[in-house]
Amino acid sequence: MVGVIFKREFSSFFATPVAYVFIFMFLMLSGVFTFFFGNFYERGQADLQPFFNFLPWLYLFLVPAIAMKSWAEERKSGSIELLMTLPVTTGQAVMGKFLASWLVLGLALLLTFPLWITVNYLGQPDNGTILAAYLGGWLLAGAFLAVGHCMSALSKNQIIAFILTVVVCFAFVLSGTSIVLNALKGFVPTLVLDMVASFSFMLHFEAISKGVLSLTDIIYFILSMFAWLAACLLIVEYKKAD
Amino acid sequence: MIQIKSLIKRFGDFVAVDGLQLEVKPGDIVGFLGPNGAGKSTTMKMITGFLPPSSGEILIDGESLAKAPINIKKKIGYLPEGAPAYADMTVLQFLHFIAQVRGFKGKEKNQRIKDVVEKVELQQVLNRPIENLSKGFKRRVGLAQAIIHDPLILILDEPTDGLDPNQKHQVRKLIQNLSKDKIVIISTHILEEVTAVCNRAVIIANGKKVFDGTPKELQQSSQFHNAVTIEFEGDKPDISQLKLAPGVTEIIERDSHTVSVIGHESYESLFPQIMDLVHLQGWHIKAMYNEVGQLDDVFRSLTKEEAA
Repeated sequence: MVGVIFKREFSSFFATPVAYVFIFMFLMLSGVFTFFFGNFYERGQADLQPFFNFLPWLYLFLVPAIAMKSWAEERKSGSIELLMTLPVTTGQAVMGKFLASWLVLGLALLLTFPLWITVNYLGQPDNGTILAAYLGGWLLAGAFLAVGHCMSALSKNQIIAFILTVVVCFAFVLSGTSIVLNALKGFVPTLVLDMVASFSFMLHFEAISKGVLSLTDIIYFILSMFAWLAACLLIVEYKKAD
Repeated sequence: MIQIKSLIKRFGDFVAVDGLQLEVKPGDIVGFLGPNGAGKSTTMKMITGFLPPSSGEILIDGESLAKAPINIKKKIGYLPEGAPAYADMTVLQFLHFIAQVRGFKGKEKNQRIKDVVEKVELQQVLNRPIENLSKGFKRRVGLAQAIIHDPLILILDEPTDGLDPNQKHQVRKLIQNLSKDKIVIISTHILEEVTAVCNRAVIIANGKKVFDGTPKELQQSSQFHNAVTIEFEGDKPDISQLKLAPGVTEIIERDSHTVSVIGHESYESLFPQIMDLVHLQGWHIKAMYNEVGQLDDVFRSLTKEEAA
């Protein structure tokens, strides 16, 4: 049943211009960030760090845009009443929707392959590291997306869902940066500080993108996806008829 | 069989459905009536498993909806109010999706879609996105998805709302042609619809059941049931003679040139003798007819009593 929901959601991205616009913007912006701001050529290093350094910031605004309509639209148009009276569990619906948008994000990420070809043409990069970083990027996208689906379930209004998602994701990105950690230092015990840092999407992603594919980081992303999707499920159950 | 036991639904302080008891058997086509906000849609949403009841129980074929929601949802076809659908899909894509969710594959799926498209006449809009369809077609798409799996229980929330008279007729015919061992529950504002398609009428007001019987019984509870109504040409003459006729219990003046003559229950029809009287008195009349009962009046008195 997850498969049926998944198929409907996935094709709905391509029935409207949403997926095309998203992929186009993603590819264009990732190019701009990598080559102009990331100094891809000037660095003289055969790797994709300039691209992966900007990826979280790119996702911060683009993933909420993909996620915002997932549940908000269902509730606004009333089609949620149809969906929830079909022999489908809420869990299956949540999963199907999530996987469909996650695959769109994966597709967009795959389509950055010209960057990979370029770097391989110019030098001898560590392709293992690049592969790990791509996997990390997809996991990061999934974590952002799960937050987005949860926020979309919270509000009928897509704009509100978008803003909430950006804010929450921003908090999760920032929580590992020195700005936040320095500000908190002295106020809170080290244990809390470590906890705040460990919640950061950024630290886990940076580890993977440097080629350190540790199980902890992978599990961290998978757990955060499950946690946000579980919250999403509860919110859908609770608010579906509002 | 649907058994609804002491069903209550509260939204905050507001009680939308208040201790509803109802049993619906296969073969029943129930017209579910009530003023706006009486709790019709809320009740339907609970039967279809969309809303959980605040208290009370819904059993379908002896199985509790709360315990086996998926199993029960498979038996139900539901047209929600306003016939929501996925607007960006074409009619065909949408029906394929529904058929797949309903568990059909391959040849059977295609056959089901073909049948249902013929039944509700969607051939000409199959490849159009649902968002571009007229209200009538949208409603028909909603009906199609509700009957695609030939459900034992069909629940339709205002299926003819916003349709033109031809489309209304078509939808009613469709409902009548469903096989006889099904349960159909239709909510509507249109009282004539109940007499036209239903064999049972249930009226609720303020979340409580105020009437449960056949549409005929509903008509019979009208004070104008079996009354003879006379429309005079111009203002009505002295009609004191009418009162003296045998069997007449009451004369009700409807307006300046219309009166209704109400007879005693034991008189099957007053028509012939009133006719004679009219001739005898030499009254000029425009029309004279037997009334079956004013459903509007019954509806109003039933639902107002409850509100008062």
